[in-house]
Amino acid sequence: MKINAEYKELAWQGLWKNNPGIVQLLGLCPLLAVTSTLTNAIGLGLATLFVLICSNATVSAIRNWVPKEIRIPIFVLIIASFVTCVQLLMNAYTFGLYQSLGIFLPLIVTNCAIIGRAEAYASKNPIKQATFDGLMMGLGFLLILMLLGAVREILGQGTLFDGANLLLGNWASILRIEVFHLDSQFLLAILPPGAFIVMGLFIALKNAIDDRVAAAKPKADNKEISRVRVNFDEK
Amino acid sequence: MVLSIKTAVSRNAKILALFAVVCTAIVGIVHSLTKDQIVFQQQQDLLRNLNSIIVEDSYNNIIYKDCLILPSAALGTVDSQKVYRARNNVQSIAAAITTVAPDGYNGNIELLIAINIDGSVSGVRTLKHQETPGLGDKIEVRKSDWIESFNTQRLASKNDSRWLVKKDGGMFDQFTGATITPRAVVKAVRKTVIYFNQHKDKIFESDSNCENYDSVKEAL
Repeated sequence: MKINAEYKELAWQGLWKNNPGIVQLLGLCPLLAVTSTLTNAIGLGLATLFVLICSNATVSAIRNWVPKEIRIPIFVLIIASFVTCVQLLMNAYTFGLYQSLGIFLPLIVTNCAIIGRAEAYASKNPIKQATFDGLMMGLGFLLILMLLGAVREILGQGTLFDGANLLLGNWASILRIEVFHLDSQFLLAILPPGAFIVMGLFIALKNAIDDRVAAAKPKADNKEISRVRVNFDEK
Repeated sequence: MVLSIKTAVSRNAKILALFAVVCTAIVGIVHSLTKDQIVFQQQQDLLRNLNSIIVEDSYNNIIYKDCLILPSAALGTVDSQKVYRARNNVQSIAAAITTVAPDGYNGNIELLIAINIDGSVSGVRTLKHQETPGLGDKIEVRKSDWIESFNTQRLASKNDSRWLVKKDGGMFDQFTGATITPRAVVKAVRKTVIYFNQHKDKIFESDSNCENYDSVKEAL
């Protein structure tokens, strides 16, 4: 039962409370740059999810053999290798998507969410939990990417899943939904400033929901949470 | 046990080296597994582009291998460009020339221009650009059919005044809110057609040399 509670807590942290996208605000560069369409957002989200799970599992597996003085370069090596592999695989098997994500794939290396999780969680916990943490953090990130992508695509082009065939193959062209027809695109939503604005609205919405929930049950004990935000805690 | 600094450093260096070797090996393996597939995808992509502007049934050679490097001076671009030649047995059909319009609104616009042997444009495609989404990006075929307006056009003379955007007195539409982008594209296509008309015999007679060029480039 105790283990179940631990997994529940990890899921809650990754998906909502400590979401890498809208709470930790990590990986803003890909988050804002790539989310102009839902397809791109899913593509980058899945790539990040995969790298995060793999790097968390690997870092956790080797945590007892890595001296702490050189742990950061080793984490970077591991993450960079996984990202390069993902990039090569995408180039080989989802060529169209690779072209449209372009330079943002290698930037996964610099996504602080990944090295942050490796350092803060995976390097101190067993493989199973670390992998699960990677999955949940990755899902949290993917979810925010998808929401941003969907909102910006609807506002900007009036469509959903435009270009889904790049990600899923030709059959996916039928997924494309024209929500409403626009003669000219709403530029603000597609350009990066639009991403910042939508992102700000999401953060505000999350805070509002949290406040509402807190107000609804004011008696809930205010216990200290040991894991808060980006914890590069000292040793 | 307290390690002396020297042993600690050498131990850490060894561990780091070990990780570097393992990680590099993994990337190397994935690279060698995906290498052929990536080359295949790139060829397919090129072929798709070529077949969208040159009628597939009109030629029977392997067009992406029948490729000639044009020195950068030929079209006045920064890098050298490529010409893909479509032939039906010995008969020359068309050539697809890559070029760069350096004066887009947001930097370079990479184009692929196919010209029939009689000098008429067979088709133009935008390969890469950073023009403003919603305005300048109408040069992409999936956003607008503007790029098709080059089809079947000919250049009557070197100074053919129809080969300008309408705003400058020519025959090609500009976009609402974006004149610079189509102006740059028209200029680049026009330049390429002029070059083709002057050099077409040489373009079709020269031997293919792209493969050597690519391997030379990789070796460097």
